[in-house]
Amino acid sequence: MELMGLTAVELGKKIQAGEVKVKEALDAAYKQIEKVEGTIHSFVTIEKEEAYQCANKVQQLIDTKKLTSILSGVPVAIKDNMCTKGLRTTCSSKILENFVPSYTAEAVKNLEKAGAIIIGKTNMDEFAMGSTTETSFYGITKNPWNTAHVPGGSSGGSCTAVAAEECSFALGSDTGGSIRQPSSFCGVTGIKPTYGTISRYGLIAYGSSLDQIGPIAKDVTDCAVILETISSYDPKDSTSIKRESYHFTSALKDSVKGMRIGIPRDYFTDGLEEEVKESILQVADILKEKGAIVEEFDLSLVEYAIPAYYIIASAEASSNLARFDGVKYGYRTKEYEGLHNMYKKTRSEGFGAEVKRRIMLGSFVLSSGYYDAYYLKALRTKALIKQAFDKAFQSFDVILAPASPTTAPLIGESLNDPIKMYLGDIYTVAVNLAGLPGITVPCGLDKKGLPIGVQFLGDCFMEEKIIRAAYTFEQTKKYIRCPICEKGGNQHE
Amino acid sequence: MSKQYETVIGLEVHVELATKTKIFCSCSTEFGGLPNAHTCPVCTGMPGSLPVLNKKVVEYAVAVGLATNCTINQYCKFDRKNYFYPDNPQNYQISQLYLPICQNGSIEIETTLGKKKIGIHEIHMEEDAGKLIHDEWEDCSLVDFNRSGVPLIEIVSEPDMRSAEEVIAYLDKLRLIIQYLGASDCKLQEGSMRADINLSVREIGTEKYGTRTEMKNLNSFKAITRAIEGERARQIELIEEGKAVVQETRRWDDNKEYSYAMRSKEDAKDYRYFPEPDLAPIDISNEWIQQIKEKQPELRDEKRLRYQKEYDIPEYDINILTSSKKLADIFENTIALCQKPKEVSNWLMVETMRLLKEEEKDPEDISFSPINLSKLIKLIETGVINRTVAKEVFEVIFREDIDPETYVEENGLKTVNDEGMLYRVVEEIIKANPQSVNDYYSGKTKALGFLVGQTMKQMKGKVDPGKVNKILLELLGREE
Amino acid sequence: MAGQITDEIIEYVGILAKLELSEEEKEQAKQDMEKMLDYIGQLNTLDTEGVEPMSHVFPIQNVFREDIVTNPDGSEEILSNAPAKKDRSFMVPKTVE
Repeated sequence: MELMGLTAVELGKKIQAGEVKVKEALDAAYKQIEKVEGTIHSFVTIEKEEAYQCANKVQQLIDTKKLTSILSGVPVAIKDNMCTKGLRTTCSSKILENFVPSYTAEAVKNLEKAGAIIIGKTNMDEFAMGSTTETSFYGITKNPWNTAHVPGGSSGGSCTAVAAEECSFALGSDTGGSIRQPSSFCGVTGIKPTYGTISRYGLIAYGSSLDQIGPIAKDVTDCAVILETISSYDPKDSTSIKRESYHFTSALKDSVKGMRIGIPRDYFTDGLEEEVKESILQVADILKEKGAIVEEFDLSLVEYAIPAYYIIASAEASSNLARFDGVKYGYRTKEYEGLHNMYKKTRSEGFGAEVKRRIMLGSFVLSSGYYDAYYLKALRTKALIKQAFDKAFQSFDVILAPASPTTAPLIGESLNDPIKMYLGDIYTVAVNLAGLPGITVPCGLDKKGLPIGVQFLGDCFMEEKIIRAAYTFEQTKKYIRCPICEKGGNQHE
Repeated sequence: MSKQYETVIGLEVHVELATKTKIFCSCSTEFGGLPNAHTCPVCTGMPGSLPVLNKKVVEYAVAVGLATNCTINQYCKFDRKNYFYPDNPQNYQISQLYLPICQNGSIEIETTLGKKKIGIHEIHMEEDAGKLIHDEWEDCSLVDFNRSGVPLIEIVSEPDMRSAEEVIAYLDKLRLIIQYLGASDCKLQEGSMRADINLSVREIGTEKYGTRTEMKNLNSFKAITRAIEGERARQIELIEEGKAVVQETRRWDDNKEYSYAMRSKEDAKDYRYFPEPDLAPIDISNEWIQQIKEKQPELRDEKRLRYQKEYDIPEYDINILTSSKKLADIFENTIALCQKPKEVSNWLMVETMRLLKEEEKDPEDISFSPINLSKLIKLIETGVINRTVAKEVFEVIFREDIDPETYVEENGLKTVNDEGMLYRVVEEIIKANPQSVNDYYSGKTKALGFLVGQTMKQMKGKVDPGKVNKILLELLGREE
Repeated sequence: MAGQITDEIIEYVGILAKLELSEEEKEQAKQDMEKMLDYIGQLNTLDTEGVEPMSHVFPIQNVFREDIVTNPDGSEEILSNAPAKKDRSFMVPKTVE
């Protein structure tokens, strides 16, 4: 039996039924890691010893019926920007090379309580700044569908680990599309829930007002189950929201009858690759056939989302990343003269180019004389973008959108032109600015054989609607397994 | 004739609030403790940690705002102030810039020139920094985050003060208000109240303010007075020499009586404030303000008026008794037990003050309990001990807060009431001091005092000196 | 808007952000920042007159903690990652001359 080919829920059921032992699931995960990791490099840190110890305990609890979660004993990979007690957490940065947190992020804790087994920490763009997973200090991650291409980012490692079946599911984080865009590039499913749904406590902040953790898995069912498990009201996070219901799995219904689905005309313009466009419009047709009411509309303000996003995210990042200074944890430069030289050398050596670029930009837009022109302007733009979505959701239950204008670009193609890379976030960042939920589901392959993803966007707290639309669409498609899983490692372009 | 200059002073006063926990985490604010004993991921800026606001901090800030006649900003927010320094673990301080909790207040001060209103520009909440200890041996500094995250309010005055006397009157008034509210103990020496002085000078008659400097590290009223005088002189000298005063922060060195510019090219002073995304805004309802108002204790000025009405004691005494919340509390609580306002006032005004001075302590440091003082007063009243003994017993109460009843019993300090014995002792004293007796008869009344004293000494103080006096007069009269 | 970012600005921002850039990096940063500012300058074409800046996306207010001590002595864990420590404290280059 190919355990890693199963969805998390399928595997979890077998474990609950006693058909599969937790240890066997772990063996299968590590076996696959051994097979493909050298080729794709999903992980920064792989944790075996602790995982097997944990597996023993979990198995006992399952055997004595004390653990009945569907995720009990299921191997999970965690993006390396979530703190894990006793397990190195680097944010894929040199500056946190040896950082071992003294506490575990709340979302991860919720998974641990459910009995999921952490097998390692996944690679990402340094401090989640990037859309390709090329800016990691620990080497780039490759797209398992074609290793000449990037996996997307910043949660690239989490998405490749799921696609290449190195784990049953993973957690990612999404500040401007970092779950949804790599999910689309890797042919997996990922949700960014409404801001405040999952505690950010223990998530190493990039853009605090935008960051959300979310699940990445093989299908919508898995994502709904995981989301239900990791969401909670957390008094330790002042932006956490007490929601009326966390029963996201109740939305797993194969029905969109009467559902109003909007297609923003201004998303389907020149920048969008033809193949991607066709694929998304096909999804619209399928849903229409299934009884949804599909209409085009003008969302407006689309071109302003990226500039507003980069100002806000960079400004917050410049402050959030100030704490990495060589005093309390992480890297400190070897030779220095005095305090300020120590700060400067530590940070200049510890951060990579993209992170420095954003810290510089963020410090600039907040500096005296520029704050109003840039930062306040961006916050006003954000308010207008939120209004535009509010208006759209008066007419529609769900907005259908691409996840990215293209499929995965070639490695090395994006980094030399940052603006071009930033433009790739056009369909994802507005959602973070407005705090909305979004889900990406695979919807086809392009001619090169690279996955295309479709995004369903919902109004705040309306995960139920996007899950239902995504689930309904998913029922019409078969999950396409990434070729590396069939062929094994060393697969090249 | 030389030019006349006016000093213009505004104050930024930081007050550590008397909460049990820090402003954004559940660590203790207790003083002392080993380095970093009161720390957690939040107050040490660990990656991924998040702040959660202590409700009590808001309540104290509102209470101080109300007591200083401020407008409460019912919708207020926190902002981040960004600067790098090792005592600031996140390298940003969570503070309030755009919407501080209180604004536009004032308090009235009284100096030798009379009464004056000092405006309060704003009061905002923020977190304190950690402590840096300089290690001489290894030529490094050590960071202790125990104070990091202790709640502060910063009270920013208008530039309304013109002299050190006004500054001290203002600080004293603030201290009393805040102490009475129970919002802080406001100890300048221990740093729970800290004042930074913004000072400029201008020629008398000019409208425009001169360039101001900010002076830090002032931890006593004496230092404040000296720093104001020093800075005034320095600025006038610069102006007279035709040089410009530079807007800068200066550090006062009270030992050298000189201030130094805290300049550094690495210090851009551009704090890049922006709204703190990790904290929710605060909405202070009318009901909440009302609740805080209702809980507000009687403040000093009200207390003074009440004392004048209720107790027959001089105004001078009232001023001293109410100059410390602690003292006033002991005063009232003791009266409640013994109903002897004048007597209680005397013990506090005379003996307590004397002992405090002797031990170089503040009224805030008083540690004896009202019940023991009230018992002492009853012991005198019922004649169990006399005043001489009572003073001795009070010293022990002051230092160790002992129960005077037990103490008097155990140490055999009760007044002797055996009259026969007393007559015998007085007779012996008369016999043993013929010179004094003669002096007395020759009109030197002082000699009587000596004889009383000798008798008291013989009786180890355990007699009523009045009674001794009476017996002496009686016996000496008979001799005559 | 070319030429907006001068060497002085790059120097100044470097001080604010505590980043030390090599000459080459400075030149690159200048170009990057110019391009980026040109790009984000697009916002100027949007009329935001009278729009309240939105920092928090949801109107959550009054998130408080009660004033109760619950944290134990955390020094050991807090210091466990310190690059340099002494006497239960973080060791840094001397902060006063």
